[in-house]
Amino acid sequence: MSIQRRQFIAAIGGGALAGIAGCSGTDGGGQSEDGAGVAGETLTLTTTTSTYDTGLLGEIHGDFEEMYGVTVDAVAQGTGAALESARNGDSDVVMVHARGLEDEFMRNGYGINRRDLMFNDFVIVGPESDPAGIQGMSSATEALNAIAESESTFISRGDNSGTHTKELNLWEAAGTDPGGDWYQEIGGGMGEALNIANQQGAYTLSDRGTFISQRSEIDLVILVQGPIEDGPEILANPYGVMAVNPGVHENANYDLAMAYIGWITSPGAQDAISNYTMNGEQLFFPEAVSENPDFQQYVPEGWSSDSSE
Amino acid sequence: MTVPVEPVAQLPAVVDFPFREQYVWSIIYVSLYVSVTAVALSTLFSLPVAIVMGFTDFPGKQFVKSVINTGMGFPSVVVGLAVLFIVSNQGPLGALNLIFTKEAMIMSQFVLATPPITAIALAAITGVNENVRDAAHVLGGTRLDVALVVLKEARYGIATAVLAGFGRAISEVGSVFIVGGNIVSSDGVSSTRTLTTAIQLEARQGRYDTAMVIGAILLAIVLTVNAIVVRLGDEGAMQ
Repeated sequence: MSIQRRQFIAAIGGGALAGIAGCSGTDGGGQSEDGAGVAGETLTLTTTTSTYDTGLLGEIHGDFEEMYGVTVDAVAQGTGAALESARNGDSDVVMVHARGLEDEFMRNGYGINRRDLMFNDFVIVGPESDPAGIQGMSSATEALNAIAESESTFISRGDNSGTHTKELNLWEAAGTDPGGDWYQEIGGGMGEALNIANQQGAYTLSDRGTFISQRSEIDLVILVQGPIEDGPEILANPYGVMAVNPGVHENANYDLAMAYIGWITSPGAQDAISNYTMNGEQLFFPEAVSENPDFQQYVPEGWSSDSSE
Repeated sequence: MTVPVEPVAQLPAVVDFPFREQYVWSIIYVSLYVSVTAVALSTLFSLPVAIVMGFTDFPGKQFVKSVINTGMGFPSVVVGLAVLFIVSNQGPLGALNLIFTKEAMIMSQFVLATPPITAIALAAITGVNENVRDAAHVLGGTRLDVALVVLKEARYGIATAVLAGFGRAISEVGSVFIVGGNIVSSDGVSSTRTLTTAIQLEARQGRYDTAMVIGAILLAIVLTVNAIVVRLGDEGAMQ
């Protein structure tokens, strides 16, 4: 993100104008004085592979770039790595799906202005033969326990992603500590996990979007549904978006990050999210626009002002 | 700027995505831009080092040699990690905002390409027959003349050195993925996606056919560059 360099060039070009307006120009920290000042800048978004691999971001970012005359560099890393990049000040805005990790990020002061963005759900997929007999189970934890008891191969992302975090939470809720030959951690993305599960006739936990976008390449089927298809609520997959705190990283392009958050939570972008389909199926369900806004979403769950860290 | 929305939303847009001409050209461009720049910088750095080492003796020369040889085996992901730490906002060059840019990728490719270029060029220079040096001396050449004669003789080997560096740079995936971020903007133009990281992305999503097409493009580029350099070397040797 060559923000400073571009800003420097922009500052020279717009120097006269800034002088007339009585502004002192940009401060080199990626902040500009007004909305028009963001033109030509680059927003670095670190995000999870699911928003990227499904093609959603590529589909909707064009509108934002056109509206503000900016460029969005979307880096797909997985939730853990995306938050780590943001923590290091290497991105301006972060879009992930692991509320626990997001809260930690917010609580430690790295992020501000978290907004609920959209949701979809997780599904447990596996071979049609279903050796563990989990098809149609209404409880995700029972299904996982059935897989563990039958020692059917289960592919775990093992990459500290949002999906991996969810999977570990599910095992914990199921009261099972997975291990043994049947439990394989691949340390890779969702697409990779689906591929490997497909080749091995194994089970895995997938977000519905990636599974749909890859379904034509693989033979796996959904065996346990998430809440979108009336499955258990524990399989819900909410996404949040947060700006990197410019008080911690003065290089963070806070103005542009807030422009992005404002835009992506606007009715227009939320419509675009809900209109994005693949194989005729809606992949993401917007939830930023609400009749009853939950202002608590801006701060970590369980936050209190004296819980200093 | 925006990609026109395809009327048929039933088919995943990503399946035909890599075959959009603009996309393919842009990843080829990024691959070549990063690798060629890095190799050019490496050559500018490596050749003087190889020449100095080839023509002079100094204490610790063996040690420098072994450092260079070790460098040939640097795992690229480790180099990527090291460059990440340097260019990350928290790192010493953080203020330059190089993370997720081509410049960061060039830095890591430079580190990877320099040891093989130096080592192979040095071998080419020291491998020039002693008789050539002696003959140049006997004919009354100065040290500079001798050096030039030796360099001319070693030309083919030096071309091989540059090729080896280029081969390492353009086929490398680990470090460019870490420091570059594999970015394509929403208008389908690569910012930091190279042929290799594109292949990795396609393969991890199971689109092996697309991955193979990009792989074929990469192979064709490497073969073409090799053919051109070998041809130049042959012509040089024939003169």
